[in-house]
Amino acid sequence: MKKFKELNKATRNNTVTYIIVALMFVFCIVYTETGMASNLFQGILVPICVNVILAVSLNLTVGILGELSLGHAGFMCVGAFVGSLFSVMTAASMDAALLRFPLALLLGGVAAGIVGILVGIPVLRLRGDYLAIVTLAFGEIIKNIVNNLYVVTDAGGLHVALGVDAYNAMEIDAASSEVYINGAMGITGTPKDSTYIIGFVLIFITLIVVQNLVNSRTGRAIMAIRDNRIAAEATGINITKYKLIAFALSAFFAGVAGALYSHNLASLSAIKFDYNYSILILVFVVLGGIGSMRGSVIAAVILTALPELLRGLDSYRMLIYAIILIVMMLVNNNEQLSYYKNKLFGGLSAQLSGRSRKQKEVS
Amino acid sequence: MTAMLETKNLGISFGGLKAVDGLSLTIEKGQLYGMIGPNGAGKTTVFNLLTGVYKPTSGNFFLDGEKLTGCSTIEINKKGIARTFQNIRLFSQLSVLDNVKVGLHNDYRYAAATGVFRLPAYFRTEKAMNEKALELLEVFGLAAEKDYLSSNLPYGKQRKLEIARALATAPKLLLLDEPAAGMNPNETQELMETIRFVRDHFDMTILLIEHDMRLVAGICEELTVLNFGTVLAQGPTAKVLKDPEVIKAYLGE
Repeated sequence: MKKFKELNKATRNNTVTYIIVALMFVFCIVYTETGMASNLFQGILVPICVNVILAVSLNLTVGILGELSLGHAGFMCVGAFVGSLFSVMTAASMDAALLRFPLALLLGGVAAGIVGILVGIPVLRLRGDYLAIVTLAFGEIIKNIVNNLYVVTDAGGLHVALGVDAYNAMEIDAASSEVYINGAMGITGTPKDSTYIIGFVLIFITLIVVQNLVNSRTGRAIMAIRDNRIAAEATGINITKYKLIAFALSAFFAGVAGALYSHNLASLSAIKFDYNYSILILVFVVLGGIGSMRGSVIAAVILTALPELLRGLDSYRMLIYAIILIVMMLVNNNEQLSYYKNKLFGGLSAQLSGRSRKQKEVS
Repeated sequence: MTAMLETKNLGISFGGLKAVDGLSLTIEKGQLYGMIGPNGAGKTTVFNLLTGVYKPTSGNFFLDGEKLTGCSTIEINKKGIARTFQNIRLFSQLSVLDNVKVGLHNDYRYAAATGVFRLPAYFRTEKAMNEKALELLEVFGLAAEKDYLSSNLPYGKQRKLEIARALATAPKLLLLDEPAAGMNPNETQELMETIRFVRDHFDMTILLIEHDMRLVAGICEELTVLNFGTVLAQGPTAKVLKDPEVIKAYLGE
């Protein structure tokens, strides 16, 4: 314990986050392996992992880069479809999921990262509200493009069409044709490769990459831009480069989360990746505390599990969910209530991160 | 020997307004040079020209003989001009130490991937950065506050931190924009000593804008007085401050 306190504050904070995730992981393994877990519980594990990765990756844009992005589901959509398409196409030739699935995840992430760079180049010239609205628009554009995308193969090779008219106009050899992406119907038959174990591994990778980046030369440059763009530029920081790094990495992990998500569903359509999903991810980030990775993890877990756990309440479910959300926001935002919350729950966490009460009063 | 900073007929106009017009000045290496003038005379605009925030519409400027006209802010910083701001611009959510480490960004490099994967170069470079940053903080008496958020520092120390951050970029020329603004006489006195110390200790050339005549008269060796964007007077401090034109336009009779 004493040795732990000697580490610097950032390392300590990160370690606490890893410990929390590890404890969740152990709990999940014990709970499911002993057969105590209900189907419901097992069913929400992968969505929880997906949302945690999304929340942490969006926090990189919102909390560390300091730009409000409302199109995160768009990048997730790219990752989901690219990952799924890869898996469906190679399912026959590449039998071992052990190799195929990591490749699908990686491809999904890389594709989303590339889209992130392409979107980021025009978008990151804007600031504040304008940037938020344009990311929202790009998210919708991505969703709608994928929603109208048809990918078909036949003896003649690969055919891609955008829009149902173009699809109908295509000359396809019907006998040998196979439809991979069927417009609004999306992709069906993605192998169900996602497990919560892989999900947790991905959470760890995401956390390690994001937190290590934040505590490095690159992360400092990104945060310097967030805190004062003019001063950062005068200090010799390349604004465009570091904004793009943060934005693209954020999109990359959204893509990985998308691929994890799509390999958990039998059929996938782009309509799921709408504005509401982007807002939901933003809610995780804001509720968990902008810039706090640990907060994002916890908020994503609670808010993903909550609607499922409240299923018993039937039609009051969403009402209760909304009320809990409002209360959590108020508690987090109210100094007096936060004080009581810290008193109740903060003892252990404060001890672990080595903050004494005296220090808290000073700040 | 070439001058550290030389501007030749430097000017910028916004639409029809000539904010700075025909500014020529020469600052020798190691000099403490002051720029004074009434509000709106174009002093900060000169700083913005010299740091590439604005591009001059006429004239050129040279750092150590090298023409920098038209370079971007980042290039100019890399070539060796660093500045502080009239209204303090620190990285408010970063620690005092990290503020200085951002200043070291271009001299201590490792790739983003090195940081993510924590390769040996990361630890090596970060250690060197910490040492260098602490060395700078010690010069300014800020070492004890290295882990504070920079926004929690008292005003005077924030000014010092801004100078420390500017020096971390290893400049040849330091531009200070109203360093004594908002300081009480004691703090100003201390600041004068700090500026002198920076010049001697880092062998620095300093150009500063200031309204506090005690500070200007106390430490500046030469002055340029701007009024409505043009040079009103130029020369050794004592002489300029006695110039009847300067007294009439700025100092008051």
